[in-house]
Amino acid sequence: MAGAPQKARAYLGVPVYRPKVAFFDLSSCEGCQLQLLNNEASLLDFLSLVEVVRFREGMSGGTDDYEIAFVEGSVTRQDEVERLRKIRETAKILVAFGSCACFGGVNQLKNRFSIDWVKKEVYGEHPVETETARPLEAFVTVDLRIYGCPVKKEEIEKIVTQVAIGKEVRYPHYPICMECKANGNVCLFELGEPCLGPITRAGCDSWCPNNRAGCWGCRGPAEDMNIKQMVSIMEKYGFSKETIIDRLECFGGFSAHIDSFRDTADGRDEGLKT
Amino acid sequence: MKITCNIDVHHLTRVEGHGNIKISIKDGRLEQATWEVVETPRFFEALLVGKKWDNAPWICGRICGICSIGHTLASIRAIENAFGMVPSEQTRKLRILLKHMETLQSHVLHLYFLAAPDFLNVGSVFPLINSHPDVVKMAARLKLLANDVCDCVGGRRLHPTRTVVGGFTMLPEKTELEKFRVSLHASIKDLLATAEIFKTFSLPDFVRETEFVSLKGDNDYPFIGGDLVSTDGVVRKEHEYRQMTNEYLVAQSTSKWSKLSRESFAVGALARVNNNFAFLHPAAKEVAAAFGLAPVTHNPYMNNIAQLTESVHVVMESISLIDDLLGSEWVAPRQPVIPRQGLGVGAVEVPRGILYHGYEFDGTGHIVKCDCVIPTSQNHANIQHDLAALAGKFASEGMPDRNLELLAEMLVRSYDPCISCSVH
Repeated sequence: MAGAPQKARAYLGVPVYRPKVAFFDLSSCEGCQLQLLNNEASLLDFLSLVEVVRFREGMSGGTDDYEIAFVEGSVTRQDEVERLRKIRETAKILVAFGSCACFGGVNQLKNRFSIDWVKKEVYGEHPVETETARPLEAFVTVDLRIYGCPVKKEEIEKIVTQVAIGKEVRYPHYPICMECKANGNVCLFELGEPCLGPITRAGCDSWCPNNRAGCWGCRGPAEDMNIKQMVSIMEKYGFSKETIIDRLECFGGFSAHIDSFRDTADGRDEGLKT
Repeated sequence: MKITCNIDVHHLTRVEGHGNIKISIKDGRLEQATWEVVETPRFFEALLVGKKWDNAPWICGRICGICSIGHTLASIRAIENAFGMVPSEQTRKLRILLKHMETLQSHVLHLYFLAAPDFLNVGSVFPLINSHPDVVKMAARLKLLANDVCDCVGGRRLHPTRTVVGGFTMLPEKTELEKFRVSLHASIKDLLATAEIFKTFSLPDFVRETEFVSLKGDNDYPFIGGDLVSTDGVVRKEHEYRQMTNEYLVAQSTSKWSKLSRESFAVGALARVNNNFAFLHPAAKEVAAAFGLAPVTHNPYMNNIAQLTESVHVVMESISLIDDLLGSEWVAPRQPVIPRQGLGVGAVEVPRGILYHGYEFDGTGHIVKCDCVIPTSQNHANIQHDLAALAGKFASEGMPDRNLELLAEMLVRSYDPCISCSVH
């Protein structure tokens, strides 16, 4: 990008690789991209680590000569499929950026209903194009994932640094509960608050539970998780099936696990709307 | 000179979301000027149906990545109104403080990162890091302060965690608030310096008489709840918002459009200033006066100056709010919630204008119907009419197409549109 700091970059006399990166948005709130600009304190350092060549929300112009593509949002319309495929052809590394890109995000909650009903509920008879909300990996190969709704800026910086220096990117296998315990929080179950901390992938430093808000599973399942055990513990604490399903289905990360719970839900069968 | 040109801006940059500008002029005569919104809808109003009340603020905050706090607060207010709840004075003050800091971070983001590059002939804020390092640092400092207060009060700057129906999950540390009080005082100097920078920019000379809609202040500059007002003299109750917005669908936009007394109206900082100028803090009025901003101003580019004026106002008011909070004992952060059947509406002034959330609940607190009317969707028709008037005026004056393209882009950016939010 034209005006970024142009000083030669070297560390201990060795030139530092500075990848060209581009940001793209499909169906989303664009909040994950804004998290970059919300990095006020370290934004300038971040910009010296990478060369931003396309970032529509923040800059005019740009080129399609990029190595890393960060794609925010889920796919909900055919033109987005085409945009995504083009990005995939160009990028060496395609990063699914945030929960919508990784799992469909809150957008996939509309998949509980038929597309016809959804369109009619919002637009009446007015013609509008939309499809089932899907994550990027339903259409293209995804090389890296940055989880979260929103993504955590410290984690973006960590992952981008690892890519820039050629280090393997690793995610925690353990759940958020571990971070929450380490942070010395009182368990939210004891405070009457539902929480998916026991099964959700760590890495956010138990962001919501630190604020006495239960986890909604925006980072998807931890590799080492026992969902059945968590459900039975939550039931012992008196949380309804509906409450548990609300959390499990909110961001789409647990969609592979949820059907076995849904049929016995004591709440409402939203499938009736189809 | 009679000009002929075709301007086709696909996916306008430095705005939130996806919109296109198309202008065609033949022999100095305007043939077409269109503001197209091509954003994909995400169907929040459908996906909330059947969900229990406590899902709504959490999910609806995700409508917008810039004003997630405003959406969360509008959603909470709609639910509290439906359930007949009145927030405590402490909750009311904390919510306004939180909202003010979102307003500040959003206005600073827009003024420096999205709008200023046009006035300095650069494509983004990035080149300014080299050419104007102190200015960029100042912008980052202001934005960081606002975001840090949002973290402290709301738990998180984007998609807040502590804001719930009934109040807050937990309260900020008073020592933190004391620290921010000092920083807010110091930030006034930065805002006045920002005003000096904006004085060196020449705002395009373009006026189109417009109806402006906002909350109506009674004793203060309003941000959360209350009556609705327009500069054409319409006054409505909060729950009558549909008569204020009159949404309809058009072929050129996936966002709905709105109208009131005329073919279009505007919301946002300029609308608020135009309707509630008397209630601005004296320091904010001084900034407004320095730019000739007084009610009713009909130049849409002046929305930038209205944002600057409001930035000063929200900082001054936040200092008073922190003084009040520090001067009283904390009470319980959260009241219990008892759902009931009924309708609830929440109107909140978010950075880009007045936002409405309306829900209908069944007797168990499940959403039967959901409606969100977004500031930018209310502005789309006005942007369209401004764009046509702007293109017509400058086409007849023979302005070169490059200049016209820039002016058209700057016009849309002046509204600080949040397009994905408007389509939601």
